[in-house]
Amino acid sequence: MAALLEMRGMVKTYGSLRANDGVDLDVFAGEIVGLLGENGSGKSTLMKLLFGMTEPDAGGIVFKGRELSGHRPREAMAAGIVMIHQHFMLVEAMTVLENIMLGWEEAGKLLRRGTIADRIREASERLGLDLDPDVRVADLPLGRRQRIEILKAVLRDADLLILDEPTSNLAPSEINELLNILRRLRSEGKGIVFITHKMPEVIEVCDRVVVLRAGKVAGKAGIAGADKASLAAMMVGRDVTAPLSVEPKAAGAVRLDIRALKAQDLGPLDLRLRGGEILGIAGVDGNGQLELAETLAGLRPVESGAITLDGAEITHATAARRTEAGLAYMPADRSTTALVKSMTIAENLMLRDSHRQPFSKGGLLDREATRKEARSLMERFDIRAPSEQTLAGSLSGGNQQKIVIARELARQPAVLVAHQPTWGLDPGATRFVLERMIALRDAGSAVIYISSELEEVLAVGDRIAVLAGGRIAGLVSRAEVDMTRIGLWMSERAA
Amino acid sequence: MIDFLEAAIRIATPLVFAALGGILSERAGVFAVGLEGMMLTGAFAAVIGTWLTGFSAVGIIFAMAGGGLLATVVAIVTVRHRADNMVTGLTSNILALGLTTYLMRILSGSGRPLAIHLDPIGAWPVPVLSKIPVLGPIAFNQPPLTYLAVIGCAVLSVFLFRSQWGLKLCATGENPEAVFAAGADPLNIRMTAVIGCGAIAGIAGAVLSLQQVGTFTDGMTGGRGYLALASLIVGRWNPWGAALACLGFGAAEALELRLQSLGVPLSSYVMQMAPYLIALAVLAGLGRSSRLPAAIGKPL
Ligand SMILES: Nc1ncnc2c1ncn2[C@@H]1O[C@H](COP(=O)(O)OP(=O)(O)O)[C@@H](O)[C@H]1O
Ligand SMILES: [Mg+2]
Repeated sequence: MAALLEMRGMVKTYGSLRANDGVDLDVFAGEIVGLLGENGSGKSTLMKLLFGMTEPDAGGIVFKGRELSGHRPREAMAAGIVMIHQHFMLVEAMTVLENIMLGWEEAGKLLRRGTIADRIREASERLGLDLDPDVRVADLPLGRRQRIEILKAVLRDADLLILDEPTSNLAPSEINELLNILRRLRSEGKGIVFITHKMPEVIEVCDRVVVLRAGKVAGKAGIAGADKASLAAMMVGRDVTAPLSVEPKAAGAVRLDIRALKAQDLGPLDLRLRGGEILGIAGVDGNGQLELAETLAGLRPVESGAITLDGAEITHATAARRTEAGLAYMPADRSTTALVKSMTIAENLMLRDSHRQPFSKGGLLDREATRKEARSLMERFDIRAPSEQTLAGSLSGGNQQKIVIARELARQPAVLVAHQPTWGLDPGATRFVLERMIALRDAGSAVIYISSELEEVLAVGDRIAVLAGGRIAGLVSRAEVDMTRIGLWMSERAA
Repeated sequence: MIDFLEAAIRIATPLVFAALGGILSERAGVFAVGLEGMMLTGAFAAVIGTWLTGFSAVGIIFAMAGGGLLATVVAIVTVRHRADNMVTGLTSNILALGLTTYLMRILSGSGRPLAIHLDPIGAWPVPVLSKIPVLGPIAFNQPPLTYLAVIGCAVLSVFLFRSQWGLKLCATGENPEAVFAAGADPLNIRMTAVIGCGAIAGIAGAVLSLQQVGTFTDGMTGGRGYLALASLIVGRWNPWGAALACLGFGAAEALELRLQSLGVPLSSYVMQMAPYLIALAVLAGLGRSSRLPAAIGKPL
């Protein structure tokens, strides 16, 4: 049987960056191909080339036996390719029905609302999508919105569906439903490209996997012979599932001392961190993690208690004074609190220290020095982007987080408060973040690592505390961790 | 009372056209700040066209072309070159005022404004219906462009809410990326919508100069474009809603005329402010509750 889709030698460059560097991909009807790769490895770029959203520099596409070149999304769709984007292309103010009819010739020049609504109900029933044509998209949860896109593809008799990281915003139950829907589509004979960087999903639903790394195909495997570790190694080029080396360090002097700290929805709690240690803070989300992080960072008022950093009291100090005193903060909300997406990498890197050398001189910003400093930080922290003038918002999540890390860690803070620093990152980037935390610890800083990923907290924390109901439910050193007790602490509510 | 309502409808007519044009533009995602200038250009072109040929129908076509031409400039600057909607709209309004004033003087060759006196387009009583008591004289004894305004509301409603073109146009104002992903070109849609807005706003000007006054005077729109803008917001970007709001403003102006003729001891200037004050009050009252198209004013 001939392949439904053949892509040969696809090349796409952005400036000096080779986002796709000679990629081949085949997809047959009735199979799900996993396209796996770290953030920035070129998965979306490859699919944009296929869908005609950008032009390749070289390479050829054959779809259903016909050459496809110089096409735009309109032609791709007419040929039977549908792309379900990472960010849904839906009009939130409109109903499911209207979104389906948008740009669809079969809906008629004068819209045939009734007919189309019936077809939506029928297909929704058949595939188990549970979609009501008359509901406004804005009122639907993300999982349902995604199904509108799938429904669109099905109604338009698409032969090939591309799903770009379709699970990244879904709740676990929604992910399962999506995988079921994909299986039903496969049994109807559709070809599916499933882009992700999450291993378990790939192993569960895909027939074959193609792994991209830095714009090239790093490996291919039938799912039968693949396991998590080998796929991860293909993705990153090294083994990231190996345990982190965290030799316990002789802890130094006390760097952060928190006494009877109380703020809204938080505390009272006591914590004491020495230089050279990581305190991992576990707990179910919404149990005071954000409150603790922001209170320490100086973004929330303290009601009572005291915070001392390297002997200096900072209980009521402003965020800027805390920075001076040696506190660094990595907020969980990368895209709005930690970064200004509409600014360049260089500008984001200087945000905290813009008034100081090397970013300014004599009270004025020194653009040239800033750019130079930015380039050296990009090198040191492995921020991959065309240039330091690239907008932060256009980067992958991993590279965005590296900007935050570079900014916060470059000046060797006394204490780092990191809140969910690996959220949404692929295995390689996650590993990078964890290794940086450990390196900072080894240099003598104290780190508070707050995360709802228990596995990570256990991997990096020299001591592990559990937050429940805004208070410390329990605290142990890593050597004495007992999962049953941690579980009990996590489920505890403040009395 | 009958006279009063009849006057309210008459006064509302140009506002309705301008608001319909504005809805087209704003639904596609471009603020219709330039309505005033498009209307004024239309009023001017209508008079010139009628004066040259003797046919008001030709005048109306001139008006659409005039308004459309100014709108084309606005569309190129804002849509293609991504300039700020507000600034461009306001600038085009000032440009229209200057240009029409100047052209009136150039065309006369004497340095004074060209003196044109046309008979205002009269009422076209609808046979039978206009004889209905009360309703007849109010609704069915109006000049032709007023009927056209009502038809315009119906046509625009069907276009926006019942057709594929309208769906794409509205989606362009909400999420142009989705339109692109659906295989259409949001840039073309916006350009077309703005130019269409200009043509319809041109008719609004023609109503003013051909149907209500019979001549063109400098700056004769006197802020009606802005009033239309207020109406379409009050009417939630819905043709019938906007028409109703226009009728409200029309009634305010009709009332003011009535009070003036009764000799109420209040400066006529103060009374002329009434519709605008009402507009401000209503807009303030609506406040944040009126939801703009999500992508309005955002360049592509
Ligand atoms: N429009 C663009 N301009 C410049 N660089 C881009 C653009 N789109 C993608 N890139 C770069 O190309 C690389 C591959 O990106 P992408 O295909 O989105 O990766 P993935 O989807 O695998 O995370 C990244 O380094 C990204 O920053
Ligand atoms: Mg991507």
